[in-house]
Amino acid sequence: MIGGKLLEAKNVCAFYGATQVLHGLDLNIAEGGITTLLGANGAGKTTMLRSVSGMVRTTGEIRFAGKSISGRATEDIVRLGIAHVPEGRGTFVRLTVEENLQLGAMTRRDTKAIPADIDRVFGYFPRLKERYRQQAGTLSGGEQQMLAIGRALMLRPKLMLLDEPSFGLAPLVVQELFEILRTLNKEEHVSIFVVEQNASLALDLADQAYLLETGRVVMAGPAHEIRQDENIRRSYLGY
Amino acid sequence: MELFIHQVLAGIATGGIYACMALSIVMIYQAIDHLNFAQGEMAMFSTFIAWQLIQWGMPYWVAFFVTIGVSFVAGVFIERVVFKPVHNAPILSHIVIFIGMFAIINSLAGFTWEWTIKSFPSPFGTRAVLGEGLLSAHDAGMIAVTLLVLVFLYIFFRYTRIGLAMRAAAANPESSRLVGIRVGWMLALGWGMAASIGAVAGMLIAPVVFLEPNMMLSILLYGFAGAVVGGLTSPGGAVVGGFAVGIIENLAGTFIPYVGREMKLSIALALIVAVLTVKPSGLFGRRIVSRV
Repeated sequence: MIGGKLLEAKNVCAFYGATQVLHGLDLNIAEGGITTLLGANGAGKTTMLRSVSGMVRTTGEIRFAGKSISGRATEDIVRLGIAHVPEGRGTFVRLTVEENLQLGAMTRRDTKAIPADIDRVFGYFPRLKERYRQQAGTLSGGEQQMLAIGRALMLRPKLMLLDEPSFGLAPLVVQELFEILRTLNKEEHVSIFVVEQNASLALDLADQAYLLETGRVVMAGPAHEIRQDENIRRSYLGY
Repeated sequence: MELFIHQVLAGIATGGIYACMALSIVMIYQAIDHLNFAQGEMAMFSTFIAWQLIQWGMPYWVAFFVTIGVSFVAGVFIERVVFKPVHNAPILSHIVIFIGMFAIINSLAGFTWEWTIKSFPSPFGTRAVLGEGLLSAHDAGMIAVTLLVLVFLYIFFRYTRIGLAMRAAAANPESSRLVGIRVGWMLALGWGMAASIGAVAGMLIAPVVFLEPNMMLSILLYGFAGAVVGGLTSPGGAVVGGFAVGIIENLAGTFIPYVGREMKLSIALALIVAVLTVKPSGLFGRRIVSRV
């Protein structure tokens, strides 16, 4: 089920103005898998996702499905099937839940299939259905995260980038959310690249893991192996 | 009582002008999230283009739609050439550019067409439809066109994908890019539409106030008042606000001693202050609710 390389990053450096945040990152994301990127605050996790989406200045090469996407505009990268759920969820607060979902399908040409896809999103997130016509800014944090994932699904993405989906949510809500991510990966065949501070949670979900420290990959491998590592346990899992 | 009704009707007639202008102001506000101080001058310039086309012998309605088209292209052009380079600049830079555009467009019109006052034809004629000298056919036509534009905008923004994309791009550019919306072009499109609606407003207003480079000076102020009264986020509210300003201005000028004709403009300003104090989002504006 887990196939070849869907996303391939080679020697990626990223810059905000003159400040370098990523220092030659190498990373692979397998097709059909769930890959996680762990690390402390400021390690460069968000920047890595933003590099993939073309939202920061980078050097090095990023390839998606065999084609180089380095230097391309965000709008064009989205069209290749990369859905990015940004830090802070990126909700369109003034628009309704329905409109938020419609926006997720903005690049699609098969407009007839969109209502069915909205229904599918409601299948995963029934609570969004209850709030269909509500202003999205009035949703709770968990509901907004669901909406953000729903919006990403509307693209029918090959790869979903998730930036700290657990941030600021109650443990029960997080459990529910990660369960749905697992289902999406299995049933919708969406490859997932998730950035998390909550290492324990992310290692349970993922099959591959990378550990980032100050803009460099310091450890990589299957999630269950990383979980066993003595240093990881002490520094990131806390037991 | 009769005087009161007369003044209300006269207020509706002038209110039509303000409603038209307020609508174009709200339109650009929706698209770019700023107030465009040069909006009135752009409308004036468009009207001069229409005037020139008619002078060259073009039939009125052909000139009307050609002007709308030309204004649309000019609006897109202004965004791409003037505003795209300063997109990330602070809001003050934008305001300075708006003021600069105001002066440039104003002078350019004066330079090209001279500062003399010109008459501009009305497609609806000037005969009275309601009472002598109260509501002319042109007033009625102007109100009808304003409402038509309003309906068009409502349908466009509510029910079309591109309208939704424009609203999203104005509200949250970063998220919009992440769903694949070409934000820059949405802004340009918003400018184009605002310029077109401004052109319609200018062409409808010119027969009443006569065509000259400063024709929009006070009307822009009333238009702002209408837009603020109705709510900057609500096109329908802007139209209602425009009519309200027209009616209030007329009633106050007639019934409140000392106000008279000279003080009418202050009423618009007083209205802006009053509404912003009591209800900052305007009578029909949407209050933005968000949880943190």
